[in-house]
Amino acid sequence: MALKLSDFKTDVHNDWCPGCGDFGIMNSIQMALADLQIPRHKTAIFSGIGCSGKTSHFINVSGIHTLHGRVLTFAQGAKIANPDLTVIAVGGDGDGLGIGAGHFVAAGRRDVNMTYIIFDNGVYGLTKGQASPTLKLGLKTKSLPTSNINYDVNPIALAIASGFTFVARGYAYDVRHLKDLIKRAVKHDGLAFLDVLQPCPTYNDINTKDWYAGIDQMDQSTRTPKPRIYKLEDTGYDPIVHYNEEVELNEKVTQAMIKSIEWDNKIPIGVFYQNEIISSYHTRIMDHIPNYVENSPAAQPIAKDGKSITNISEILDTLRV
Amino acid sequence: MKSNEITWMIGGPQGSGVETAANIFSRACASMGYQIFGKREYYSNIKGEHSYFAVRISDKTIRSNISGVTLMVAFDAETIFRHADEVITDGAIIYDSDLASVSTNEVPTLDEQFKNRLHDFLSSQNKEFTIQSVLDICKDKGVKLYSVSFKELLSKLAEETNNPKLKNMFRMMNVLSVSVSFGLLGMLPQTLLESIESIFAKKPKIAELNKKAANYAYNYATAKFAKFGNPLPTVSKEPNTILVQGHQGTALGKMASGCRFQSYYPITPASDESVFLESNDIFEVKDNRPGSTIVVQTEDEISAMGMMIGAALTGTRASTSTSGPGFSLMAEALGWAGINEVPVVITLYQRSGPSTGLPTRHGQDDLMFAIHAGHGEFQKIVYASGDIEESFYDTAKCFNFADIFQMPVIHMMDKFIGSTVATCVKFDPNQITIDRGKLLEKIDKKDYKRFELTKDGVSPRSKLGLENGIFWNTGDESDEQGHVSEDPVNRIEMMDKRASKLELILKTVPDSDKATNFGLADFCIVSWGSPKGPILDALDMLKNEGHKVGFIQLKLLHPFPTDYINSMLKDVKTIIDIEANQTGQLGMLLNTYLDRKIDYYVLKYTGRPMTSTEIYDSLKKILENKAEKRQVLTYGA
Repeated sequence: MALKLSDFKTDVHNDWCPGCGDFGIMNSIQMALADLQIPRHKTAIFSGIGCSGKTSHFINVSGIHTLHGRVLTFAQGAKIANPDLTVIAVGGDGDGLGIGAGHFVAAGRRDVNMTYIIFDNGVYGLTKGQASPTLKLGLKTKSLPTSNINYDVNPIALAIASGFTFVARGYAYDVRHLKDLIKRAVKHDGLAFLDVLQPCPTYNDINTKDWYAGIDQMDQSTRTPKPRIYKLEDTGYDPIVHYNEEVELNEKVTQAMIKSIEWDNKIPIGVFYQNEIISSYHTRIMDHIPNYVENSPAAQPIAKDGKSITNISEILDTLRV
Repeated sequence: MKSNEITWMIGGPQGSGVETAANIFSRACASMGYQIFGKREYYSNIKGEHSYFAVRISDKTIRSNISGVTLMVAFDAETIFRHADEVITDGAIIYDSDLASVSTNEVPTLDEQFKNRLHDFLSSQNKEFTIQSVLDICKDKGVKLYSVSFKELLSKLAEETNNPKLKNMFRMMNVLSVSVSFGLLGMLPQTLLESIESIFAKKPKIAELNKKAANYAYNYATAKFAKFGNPLPTVSKEPNTILVQGHQGTALGKMASGCRFQSYYPITPASDESVFLESNDIFEVKDNRPGSTIVVQTEDEISAMGMMIGAALTGTRASTSTSGPGFSLMAEALGWAGINEVPVVITLYQRSGPSTGLPTRHGQDDLMFAIHAGHGEFQKIVYASGDIEESFYDTAKCFNFADIFQMPVIHMMDKFIGSTVATCVKFDPNQITIDRGKLLEKIDKKDYKRFELTKDGVSPRSKLGLENGIFWNTGDESDEQGHVSEDPVNRIEMMDKRASKLELILKTVPDSDKATNFGLADFCIVSWGSPKGPILDALDMLKNEGHKVGFIQLKLLHPFPTDYINSMLKDVKTIIDIEANQTGQLGMLLNTYLDRKIDYYVLKYTGRPMTSTEIYDSLKKILENKAEKRQVLTYGA
């Protein structure tokens, strides 16, 4: 029986603020999972701490609500141990790019075949709106006593520099577009990163839904707002690394880096960079352990009638005197 | 000196092959039927600082080093300066003849503190600060001196083998010194050559070269020098003897227990275990396809902990191995594993703290930390092994505990065990059992609840990927399904459910797994971990003199087996706590849980392991009623 969207919803009360961008991301994940028709028990959502951390309780697949900043570590461990799982990790920008930045970089280097979605709103919402790593320098959102003294981290550029092989940005209020991005991310062979712009209606009074919609920059001739958000794919942008040559890699990395800097008046969403030429973590393991995927740690039998079936006698023989 | 027992020591700069030399010596002696107990000491350094290996061999059971060296080999000055006073009166020193004129100021790696103490001593003897002075003092004491020009040996060997390169291959000094030792000790050259062959099994050219050198040096020694002491004969070999290194017990234990995922971050002295697992990551499995362990080197210990937990959630037996600084970083996630009842095993190779402490030295500093690690009140097991052989079987127990009681298990090891090389009975995988507790392989019903309230507090455990077994985990307090709940009534139910498992542990783990009773007497030692070996050897020494002292080795340290320990100590009059830390941490536990107090403490926190001699001495003082309440041991450079 085909899975329906409603199959992916739990009856856990959702306590996000009204109008929160998180709803759009959660709905997109549920829609993507329904579209992908992966059996529910084969998917696991890992989440960090904060508003976004609650996401795992609202989606009706296994949900592992981990620690602040550590979501990628738990998620990678599970995916490496059981490569048959579809693993999606979610967390806030403070979680992933502040306290968890070291894991973000290390995960990129590994390129484990899973998806990581950052709910990017520029603030630490659940602790009442402190500046997060993606808030621009000098901005003073609602609850900040003084304006932000730190430069912002560029999630797209950092992901590419770290080795993520699928790097994209979505917008929480464009649910259909985001759903498609999530589907592409899940299908990507390697570690996929999705930076999702997600207005926090309570604490970020600068990067609001209206701001993204460009209400503040009216086109005088048409008397309509000039939306900041635009789609890379509408501009003929090709994010894919097509062949294994340095010149191709240089071009694709460079154009993605350049695009990642665009912000003030035009903000691109869509896929910035995709490289399936670099082998993902599980294929690197298979170079050494050929039966890793079919006989993964989670799949391996270890005992029969309560007795060990691992043969260590060869090693013991080398120790014999 | 007993006829068939010696302690042989080799010292030299780190990276000069001291360890290889000791391995060649140990393996050769073991194949002659001797029991081996060797320890390795080194600085936190790659090349140049002083390192040494003391190998005790005996035809009787030995489980420790003793104080004193019978035969010391030194091809650098530092070894003589630092260790000459350890050589016993009828012992001997083989040294490089070039060294005699070297003064302390010519050895840059001698630290000021040590140099000042040595200078004070030499001044008091009206001696100059040179090797010759130190050797003269030894000679006056009765120590035999064998002067060998290793440089000359090398050039003669180069000539004889027509291999001029050899002249400058100073690494060969190691094999030369082992061979000279063998010649002096009247041991069989054949075993030495076989040992070299087996240690360089993967490098046949190097093996050949070393064998030539060994032969040459052996013949040189037997021709030039009279034998030292009675020749050491071949003795009857125990069948099924293996020569193992400290980390191999837990590593092989993990393989046999079915641990298929290990994450770790490099740290001394724990990473040897992970490297061993990775070097042996593909293996045969009975009636099955080849199995494998995935070993992941992570970006830090936080990640090692997170990855291990993630892997464990898939039903995989998963583990990590670390030391104090790494374990500090793991504390937050340990609590997560506690509240989510995830079975994981953390192998904790303790070293001297606090902070970086003495990073390559021994200590049992982290008992209280292991028991209390992590914020909030959650459940864990702390279990300690006393030697390499035990650590193999205990590793299997730790995985069973983790699965049965669904909580993290901290397996306490330490640097002393980690850097020991010893003979023991071959590990027998048939003696271990694998019990996965309430792990489910199949779920039929649709309303599975991960944290279902059950009579014994343990809920049936699903795993990620299991049909009908979808579940939720959270670091927040949760309801039976695993969803966040701040309800006060639920809070009590869940806290009590988890806490009840500690009672279950004490009720169901057999007493023999909680502690080992090595005999009880009016005077009784309590200890945990690596002091076990030196204590048992010291007790043998006392027994020969007609003294009986009891010994209880605690293994389950949390939850604390109060009833069992109390029952054993019922008739004991005097309790002696022996452990390698400053504050007597096991003593604190006993003082807390038992209705009586520790009478004597024997503690060591120099970073060097205890010898049986110093434990014997301290026990003697207690038996003779001449001891302070707290004795601090200091032997070892």
